[in-house]
Amino acid sequence: MARIEYAPAPESRSVVHLRPSYGLFIDGEFVEPTLGEHYTSVNPADETALAEVSEGSAADVDLAVRAARRAFTRWSRMPGAERAKYLYRIARILQERAREFAVLETLDNGKPIKESRDTDIPLAAAWFFHYAGWADKLEYAGLGPDPRPLGVAGQVIPWNFPMLMLAWKVAPALAGGNTVVLKPAQTTPLTALLFAEVCQQADLPAGVVNIVTGHNDTGAAVVAHKGVDKIAFTGSTAVGRRIAEAVAGTHKRVTLELGGKGANIVFADAAIDQAVEGVVHGIYFNQGHVCCAGSRLLVQESIAEEFVARLKRRMGTLRVGDPLDKNTDVGAINSSMQLARISELADSGVAEGATMWQADCALPSRGFWFAPTLFTDVAQSHRIAREEIFGPVLSTLTFRTPSEAIEKANNTQYGLAAGIWTEKGSLILKMANELRAGVVWANTYNKFDPASPFGGYKESGYGREGGRQGLAAYLEGDRA
Amino acid sequence: MTVVLGISNSDLAAATGSDAALRRFLFGLPGVDQVGAEARAAALATRSIKAATKRDLIDLAIRMIDLTTLEGADTPGKVSALCAKAQHPDPTDHTAPHTAAVCVYGDMVPHAVRALGPDSPISIAAVATAFPSGRASLDVKLLDVHDAVVNGAHEIDMVIDRGAFLSGRYLQVLEEVRAVKEACGTAHLKVILETGELQTYDNVRRASWLAMLGGADFIKTSTGKVQPAATAPVVLVMLEAVRDWFDVTGHHIGMKPAGGLRTAKDAMRMLVLVAETVGEDWLTPDLFRIGASSLLNDLLLQRQRMRDGAYSGPNYVTLD
Repeated sequence: MARIEYAPAPESRSVVHLRPSYGLFIDGEFVEPTLGEHYTSVNPADETALAEVSEGSAADVDLAVRAARRAFTRWSRMPGAERAKYLYRIARILQERAREFAVLETLDNGKPIKESRDTDIPLAAAWFFHYAGWADKLEYAGLGPDPRPLGVAGQVIPWNFPMLMLAWKVAPALAGGNTVVLKPAQTTPLTALLFAEVCQQADLPAGVVNIVTGHNDTGAAVVAHKGVDKIAFTGSTAVGRRIAEAVAGTHKRVTLELGGKGANIVFADAAIDQAVEGVVHGIYFNQGHVCCAGSRLLVQESIAEEFVARLKRRMGTLRVGDPLDKNTDVGAINSSMQLARISELADSGVAEGATMWQADCALPSRGFWFAPTLFTDVAQSHRIAREEIFGPVLSTLTFRTPSEAIEKANNTQYGLAAGIWTEKGSLILKMANELRAGVVWANTYNKFDPASPFGGYKESGYGREGGRQGLAAYLEGDRA
Repeated sequence: MTVVLGISNSDLAAATGSDAALRRFLFGLPGVDQVGAEARAAALATRSIKAATKRDLIDLAIRMIDLTTLEGADTPGKVSALCAKAQHPDPTDHTAPHTAAVCVYGDMVPHAVRALGPDSPISIAAVATAFPSGRASLDVKLLDVHDAVVNGAHEIDMVIDRGAFLSGRYLQVLEEVRAVKEACGTAHLKVILETGELQTYDNVRRASWLAMLGGADFIKTSTGKVQPAATAPVVLVMLEAVRDWFDVTGHHIGMKPAGGLRTAKDAMRMLVLVAETVGEDWLTPDLFRIGASSLLNDLLLQRQRMRDGAYSGPNYVTLD
């Protein structure tokens, strides 16, 4: 009898033309870092070197901020409709070069090509289109008749959605008339550098977008620089806390989009097959490297046993491996550092008495990999129920009543996202009202749209990105 | 799993005891979220299949076809041409496998018997029960079935009474399936849900269970006379029902999408849906059939292409 074998269907790398070494993108040009230091960005799927990237120093950040400041005068006074032209142009170029961006994102990050191709890059373009539309309509943003840009925005972004997070940060800032200094994550700088080429291709005025690569110290220099008027950060709660401390008492405005421990709540009356899909998507999408991941499964006790059995069956069909293969569902862990953290937390789950189950899948011998993992017998007190793992690890807890579900879902230091699975509409509304989470999805998960604000409660941060609210984070209303 | 969806094997008998019990049972099945089901089906459509596997799957798909002609204009000549095509689909290549069955109207069964000859490996499937509408009395439907079976049909493709289903007379639908099953004798029963008329995925799931409770050997999407027919999400939902039925009872029920499948790519996507939903055990003509007519030629063209390395064209397959 025939057996279906999926072909390795690798997306071709040939669309990507990497330079051996990248400078910093300051004032519209690639320039060498003042200290001449470089580091290597590697492909996490096979640990091969992709390109040399500059290590930006405080002096480089200073040059970038000065360039952004110079550009601000012209950019902020430009009519909104003119700024919109640049943003539309960038959005269109992103669409035209989507394949190139998708392949590069997958190479540098380790995420499956089907995600970078179908989610990351299309959404990044959508973000630019959305905010291009806002640029000439700022007076209708509900901030008074003449909202003004804040100035130079310092933006520090994470490695989990490198290009999409860039779009979330850069598009609203530019639409509002701000200029930016962006610090990409140290392990995933390459799509940001390709974006710098797009800025050149779009004839964006020099200095409006500046990109300074490097490690933590580079990010800290952006945050600390006195010429920066606004800090936007997405990343871990620990770093977010340091940023909040660093800017306390300054004039700088801050938005922080931090960690999460999202609860995916499955009621007994849920559409069970789609709930299984949604839970799988909620945690194994992007290897669980998602701040809003549904990393806690809260399932009603009356269906828990069967639901977990179905979940395991579905997890058994996940295809883990070469991220460039179009059939791959789960790709590589982004770095050895992250792999170590995931392993450490998974070990703690076992040590604390939870039961670990992993999908039976062969993992590549090179690169950073972690099999899709499911924990049962998890208690609220376990570390795997409380701490953000940021990996393909799902912790299962049970509940008996809606109020218990809310209590358990809200019993976390975080409050970024949650999911509700039930066929009962009134229960969805009740739960959504009582969940302390910035985003609540009903009968779906991990859906993003540029028109929809996104952000957290509690230690998941403050401020919103996306939609009108995301625009307001880069504008000053009319105080008069 | 012995208990699935909260159902154990012994619950099934109790479910069919009365109209009220049956309604409770069907409405106790978990709902289907439309957006989620469609998203899952669309995601599976992007799988890319290895060339060697594709070659095998093309032959498998040919072996799964119920080669169909269901026209008012059908004649003995048309049916014998269909039978010849079913036996030797590709006149240029006798390694091309035969189809699983031919599917005809009941009065054409004797002509199919004559054309295929005795001991043919190809089954004769007859549509019955006042196909395609199902709008006739039970007696007439049963006579329709009886007639086809006596004339030599090996498989009966019945339609459910969609009017009864949509007005909530579930027990009537069930009893009709049971009566037809009995009239089939040793013939295999395929139950057509006509999903294009049931419209919602919840209805598709309930009708699937109803058909299986009534004794269906296969559940089938459509008559081919109503659009939409065998869409990927409908097939997904029906395969989930087949999978869950197996988990509860241990019995394999077959599945037959029919209507709207025209290209080899459509067929490949169906086989991927089968493998990823209910498992590869179902990748056999005993458990999966494809109701189609023009699909066969596209499979043959793809087969020729993989053999010769180039597309031939529509003049290199027969139009019957």
